[in-house]
Amino acid sequence: MKKKSMLPRRLVNSVALVASSISAFIGIFFLVWILFEILARGFSAINWAFFTELPLPPGEAGGGLANAMLGTVIITVLAMIMGVPLGILAGTYLSEFGHGRFAGVTRFLSGIFGSAPAIVIGIFVYAIIVVPMKSFSGLAGAVSLAILMLPVITRTTEEMLKLVPSGLREAALALGAPYWHMVVQVVYRGARAGMLTGIILAVARVSGETAPLLFTSLNSPYWPSGILRPMPNLTVTIFNYAMSPYDDWQMKAWGASFIIAFSVLVMNIIARFLVHRMEK
Amino acid sequence: MFRYLIAKNDKSGSWAHLPIFDSAFRFITLAAALSILILLVMMLAVLIYNAWPSIQRFGLKFLISTTWNPVTSEFGALTTIIGTLVSTALAMLLAVPVALGVAIFLTELSPLALRPIFGVAIELLAAIPSIIYGMWGLFVLAPFMSDYIQPFLGRYLGFLPLFQGPPMGIGMFTAGVVLAIMILPFMASIIRDVFLMTPRVIKESAYGLGATMWEVVRQIVLPYGMRGVIGGLLLGLGRAIGETMAVTFVIGNAHELSLSLFAPGNTIASTLANEFTEASDRIYLSALIELGLVLFLITFVVLGLAEWWLKKSTSGGYKA
Repeated sequence: MKKKSMLPRRLVNSVALVASSISAFIGIFFLVWILFEILARGFSAINWAFFTELPLPPGEAGGGLANAMLGTVIITVLAMIMGVPLGILAGTYLSEFGHGRFAGVTRFLSGIFGSAPAIVIGIFVYAIIVVPMKSFSGLAGAVSLAILMLPVITRTTEEMLKLVPSGLREAALALGAPYWHMVVQVVYRGARAGMLTGIILAVARVSGETAPLLFTSLNSPYWPSGILRPMPNLTVTIFNYAMSPYDDWQMKAWGASFIIAFSVLVMNIIARFLVHRMEK
Repeated sequence: MFRYLIAKNDKSGSWAHLPIFDSAFRFITLAAALSILILLVMMLAVLIYNAWPSIQRFGLKFLISTTWNPVTSEFGALTTIIGTLVSTALAMLLAVPVALGVAIFLTELSPLALRPIFGVAIELLAAIPSIIYGMWGLFVLAPFMSDYIQPFLGRYLGFLPLFQGPPMGIGMFTAGVVLAIMILPFMASIIRDVFLMTPRVIKESAYGLGATMWEVVRQIVLPYGMRGVIGGLLLGLGRAIGETMAVTFVIGNAHELSLSLFAPGNTIASTLANEFTEASDRIYLSALIELGLVLFLITFVVLGLAEWWLKKSTSGGYKA
């Protein structure tokens, strides 16, 4: 390090200190502002009817978004049924067998895939499911969410399986366990908490997605009536209601935002808690 | 765990030992890994196939034409491409310095006891769905912009064409700000993780030699993490380019090019969100899908670079 006098160094340092503290403050300020608005405006929109009743036409007071909540749950669960096992198996391959060039390419591409624009995935599912089946459907919505979930689960599964000490694997193999049995009985058990974390984070991420549902699941003001028909869901409802000119609908959109933000935060906190416990 | 295994394996000739199960297991997991590649290739193929009528009809003119007229079936992507680039550039301009500042604050400055709390808070905020940023942008930020920020900018910087025009709140400028706020926690948490990988010994020895905090950041933390930082910024860039809901709410959705940032505009993603379900005839739909293809290709390149930089930063090269 070149010799410099102390004063300019201290000055530069103070400027940097102040600048970085200000940016931290700016970041926190906006984010607290957003959370505050969601809480303040969303909470007042929530009442019993909000959770139990169907939406009403604009202008009529009351009604709720029970159908959209149910629809969101159905779509998310369906997406999990499709995305979770596939993601875990793919992650298993990368961790247990993936040492070659193919695995490298898969890792690289699933990294890109994991951040690909959700709306493009919506177009893709529109073209392969909605068009041939001639109907927007909850199934199509679930497939698009499953595709979004897949790379996230694959990546976290791979990372978590790699954390299982190789001594455990070797011990199981030395005892005569066949390879697949070793993976299922030893590696999966050792990485259980971590895999669960990955799944929760993936579900949290897709449960707030709107763009891919706009033209796959669409929306509906009725109760879900089968997975092959348009299915109501919270995020597209927020989009439609927020853009509408009706005060009552806009308020319901805030209520729905509150519920989604709240559940996403809760899922993230649970996931973090699991990781924390696993590290101990 | 092992008692169970031993008990099972003691029975010689147990079904679990058949070699076919090992091959089958390997094959099933391989098929699952393959499905990711197949999906990606299928996506590209399906987008190209469905965009084909538009590609054939408009050719390269699609990328440089600003016409977007569903009535006469004339479509060009330039307005949306420029809108995407401008809103993203604005977001990066605003978010990158702040994200770096937040990361420096989190790794060097904040009291030790508070670091995990701040860290978790930032990560939680990065998880908030984009539609919520959109809602907030439309109902809270846009009025605030039109009442305070835009008149202020118009008064003092109005000689620039960028800040002219009526302060409507909704438009390119507000979209850039909302995007910036959305990618900020995301980028800050990646950069913080990269900063944390700097070997502690080296930092401590620099502090021991009497270096100031800024000198440690400037001469040790940043050079160590440079690749990772660039990767993180590219990842944020990729997210901003493809972001749909946060932008769609506040950008105003107008197919017009304007020098003013206060004017409404659109991006590729917002156009898709607004018009896809309205596209009645085949060529309209095909043009929209071609927009999606363009978006996919742009983000693919940006995210590919991000992956590459991030991978290099974590595997070798910079290890102490």
